[in-house]
Amino acid sequence: MAYAATSLGARRFGETTRRDAWWAQPLAVFLGLGTFVVYTTWASLQGEHYFSGPYLSPFYSPEFFGSSPHSWFGPKPGWWPEWLPWSPAIFILWAPAGFRFTCYYYRGAYYKAFWADPPSCTVGEPRQSYWGERAFPLILQNVHRYFFYLAVLFIVVLAHDVWKALWFTDTASGEVSFGVGIGTLVLAANTCLLAGYTFGCHSLRHLIGGGLDLLSRLPVREKCYGCVSALNRRHMPWAWMSLFSVGFSDLYVRLCSMGIWTDLRIL
Amino acid sequence: MPKATFRIWRGDASGGKLHDYVTEVSEGMVVLDAVHQIQAEQANDLAVRWNCKAGKCGSCSAEINGMPRLMCMTRLSDLPLEEPVTIEPMRSFPSLRDLVTDVSWNFGVKKTIRPFGPRPADAPDGTWRIAEGDVDRVQEFRKCIECFLCQDVCHVLREHHLHEEFAGPRFFVYTAALEMHPLDTENRLGDLRGPQGIGYCNITKCCTKVCPESITITDNAIIPLKERVVDEFYDPIRRLLRGLRSG
Repeated sequence: MAYAATSLGARRFGETTRRDAWWAQPLAVFLGLGTFVVYTTWASLQGEHYFSGPYLSPFYSPEFFGSSPHSWFGPKPGWWPEWLPWSPAIFILWAPAGFRFTCYYYRGAYYKAFWADPPSCTVGEPRQSYWGERAFPLILQNVHRYFFYLAVLFIVVLAHDVWKALWFTDTASGEVSFGVGIGTLVLAANTCLLAGYTFGCHSLRHLIGGGLDLLSRLPVREKCYGCVSALNRRHMPWAWMSLFSVGFSDLYVRLCSMGIWTDLRIL
Repeated sequence: MPKATFRIWRGDASGGKLHDYVTEVSEGMVVLDAVHQIQAEQANDLAVRWNCKAGKCGSCSAEINGMPRLMCMTRLSDLPLEEPVTIEPMRSFPSLRDLVTDVSWNFGVKKTIRPFGPRPADAPDGTWRIAEGDVDRVQEFRKCIECFLCQDVCHVLREHHLHEEFAGPRFFVYTAALEMHPLDTENRLGDLRGPQGIGYCNITKCCTKVCPESITITDNAIIPLKERVVDEFYDPIRRLLRGLRSG
């Protein structure tokens, strides 16, 4: 595969003959993802105002240890080191964060927006060296399917949270009754959007049937492959909508918990 | 008749620069028409490769206003003609002259890919039976016209010149067409991971964006191949299961 270098010369960082606003998309990704990462880090380290009535923030679900009624195994464990900041989200948030970080869509997006590799198609890059995903550390992106397995468990837990968000406890009588609040709808919409994103995953598409050449011999998997492929075609919109919804769900629960917003009951 | 300025790269392997040409434009013209008009009226020695003028031969690939496109499929009505239209040769390949580049490296890469290896025939007459659904998936890849715009836009080749270690999107599409074919029995995953360097692809989707045949290169060819490479080399559970099955 011998090759002679092009005579047009290397381009400097940001140099291009493109006339369109090529910087707009990476800038939007930088601002969108950057805002989400900053907000998520802040919200997950707060360790308070993450539940309100039957609602539990998705950043804190499942709550393995914590002070809310949603906790699975009771309050903060005694073995937790005093010098380490405490938040129930620390136990779980690495899994969905890892799923998004290793996602094929996000990889392409943040390599452009945060690492300028490249800044945009046909735009000059800041570095000459390049290893891609075939060497450490980016070869670790191949772990994506394992984060997918964990993400599916989170969808199950969040669906259960929506079920729990349908049951309201009367503070005076302690009686539990069925109801639907705006918060219920927010959590339900969030779970649907997260499911749309998770079940359109490229790794799932491969595992469910994409890795087989004779898929027609397995009609159920062939159907599933068709469904996953349909979701996968819109993986980018699902990724952004679910990113926004999970952040907004936390904000909604947080503001209700702080008494700034009042949750309206529809039923 | 309105006029427009075309800023065309003139030069060869030793170097070159952009020259401005002002020419009349009319409704329905594509960039290749303008280049031919300039060639006929102002620059008889302007080198440009073209053939079908219908977006099917893949000959007239160039960079128009910085984006890899077919000149014959780029309408002037889609470009801002109040500014000069920049036309450059593909940057990923050596310049021969003006807009013509030497794309022969691609043909060399193609020769290194393991050819189609079908399973034994299904019927005594030497024929096979294939389910339509199984062969449908690879039909998309067969639309490729080998214009090499995807190779041109890929920053691994264009910016980092890793031609010796990376086959490029065109050949991942070609490999996918073979590897996913229901009759094929060859295993190309070692080649993909090794000499073809699929790990260099960082999924920017630029190749998909510029494909004139609208082949979903990244999502339907490269990522599925990356996942097959993960199956073979990077997934410890898969490796364990394979080991147990083979005894």
